[in-house]
Amino acid sequence: MAVAPSPRTALQPHALAARFPILRRQVRGRRLVYLDNAATTQKPDTVLAALQRYYTLSNANVHRGVHTLAEEATALYEGCRARVARFLNAPSERGVVILRSATEALNLVARGWEHHLRAGDEVLLTEMEHHSNLVPWIMLARRRGVVLRHLPVRDDGELDLGALDTLLSPRTRLVALTHASNVLGTINPVADIAAAAHAVGALVVVDAAQSVPHMPVDFTALGADFLAFSAHKAYGPTGVGFLVATPELLEQLEPVQGGGEMIREVHLHRATWNDVPYRFEAGTPNIADAAAFPAALDLLEELTMEAVREHEVTLTGYALQRLHALGWLEVHGPRDPRRRSGLVSFYDPQLHPHDLAQILDAEGIAVRAGHHCAQPLMGRLGVPATARASFGVYNDTADVDALIDALIAARRYFGLPTESPS
Amino acid sequence: MSQERGFLPLDELYREVVLDHYRHPRGRAPLPRVDVTAHGHNPLCGDEIDVALAIDGERIEAVQVTGRGCAICTASGSIMAELLPGRTIAAAEATAETFRRLMHGEPPAAGADLGDLELLEGVQRFPVRVKCALLPWMTLRDALAAHRDGTPAAVTTTEGEAP
Repeated sequence: MAVAPSPRTALQPHALAARFPILRRQVRGRRLVYLDNAATTQKPDTVLAALQRYYTLSNANVHRGVHTLAEEATALYEGCRARVARFLNAPSERGVVILRSATEALNLVARGWEHHLRAGDEVLLTEMEHHSNLVPWIMLARRRGVVLRHLPVRDDGELDLGALDTLLSPRTRLVALTHASNVLGTINPVADIAAAAHAVGALVVVDAAQSVPHMPVDFTALGADFLAFSAHKAYGPTGVGFLVATPELLEQLEPVQGGGEMIREVHLHRATWNDVPYRFEAGTPNIADAAAFPAALDLLEELTMEAVREHEVTLTGYALQRLHALGWLEVHGPRDPRRRSGLVSFYDPQLHPHDLAQILDAEGIAVRAGHHCAQPLMGRLGVPATARASFGVYNDTADVDALIDALIAARRYFGLPTESPS
Repeated sequence: MSQERGFLPLDELYREVVLDHYRHPRGRAPLPRVDVTAHGHNPLCGDEIDVALAIDGERIEAVQVTGRGCAICTASGSIMAELLPGRTIAAAEATAETFRRLMHGEPPAAGADLGDLELLEGVQRFPVRVKCALLPWMTLRDALAAHRDGTPAAVTTTEGEAP
């Protein structure tokens, strides 16, 4: 029998849920149970209000006009940059590039750094990367003849750090890895890997899309040279992502897109670049969504990231316990909830994840089914796809209970036994 | 007022006969003779299917369908294995096309007998599942094309296929 976790955590998911208007809607006649937070989180009313306020009061283009609205819009947009730097303990707001997505940030590094690389240089990745941290490097390898290597994933869902010694060499120029796996939940020891990478002279690129919204992340302590994450997975609007680095390192990155905003002087046959980070922000940026994102970070800081993390550890531990107790699921990733972020992937060998997700949807439960943009990892796990439940600040044990009930209902629907084989 | 698109009953997707095909798929047995094979893959959901055909002149003699897929993909493949033996290549291609049109909500072409495939009609109301239903038939089409070209095997992927 499952035991409910002790209510020690400071978070009050039920009260928090009231601040997310979408959670009041029904799906297929049922209460929405939103467990797809690793894909994107829902938005609090303060973020929605900030968006509305921006367009109602301050809409203008940034960094140009001298009029009041332009000044306000610029202050809001730059306020986002400063807020992100402070939130992550980054050395300077001049090291924060505002982009469209974490994917764009990773692509910018792969493109912008390539003039430092030559054929035969190596980039070390891991087998658990999201496609966004695989494909830009595959494209780079095609362009430059760079060799890609991959740190293996062990059967317990952790990286095989023992292989680091043989995989890292003076030929290794970049190490790009995820902080927390979007499939396994595994939290990787980035600081240790970064120290080993730096010892051979490699730079470290961290995909922090699944960690920044869920646990305290300190850019400086992490040892990352480049860090990418997105606003929409952190209770902010879609269409905004960030690349964080030191301004000195950004100086060594080539701009990838040309246009307005990123230049200082333009002649007919030549141009000079603006300072960092602006030289990477060609064209009118996504001002409104950037302006609204600090409201999401306000919420996270109000809760404290320590409490957010504690809440998700408790909830993940409860979910792991209940999922294992069903007896018919393969549950992926580390068994210890402290070693993983707030998500759980699982696979029913007798029920395809798409069929499962379809039944769950009929119960108002939103989970992700598929390869989670991690096809190599699916191959490593030996599954065609998995179902994934991922948690946010508004989820509680009642949501996990609803998931478990629906998993049982799905087996019944397909005429499969629901007694634990124990 | 809620934003429901209209209640979609699951039973419209998973009809009883469809579930029966899923639980007891037809056409799994190996063929005594294989003239052409095709491998189909839907990378989005991980469905994999293998179609093997024995063909005598213009007529499909026997069909084997194996692989690993969701209920809709498996049922669609099972119905295919039941439907095709004895049909001409032209009739099989017409069936594939009629079923494709049904899944995409296009007006049906005249003539082709869909048999139990009619029971998959409800799938068109679940757009992300249309690829699942079509995978065996896309794979069949590629197998027949390979046979015509005189090659023994083809690989099919639904990547890029609009839902």
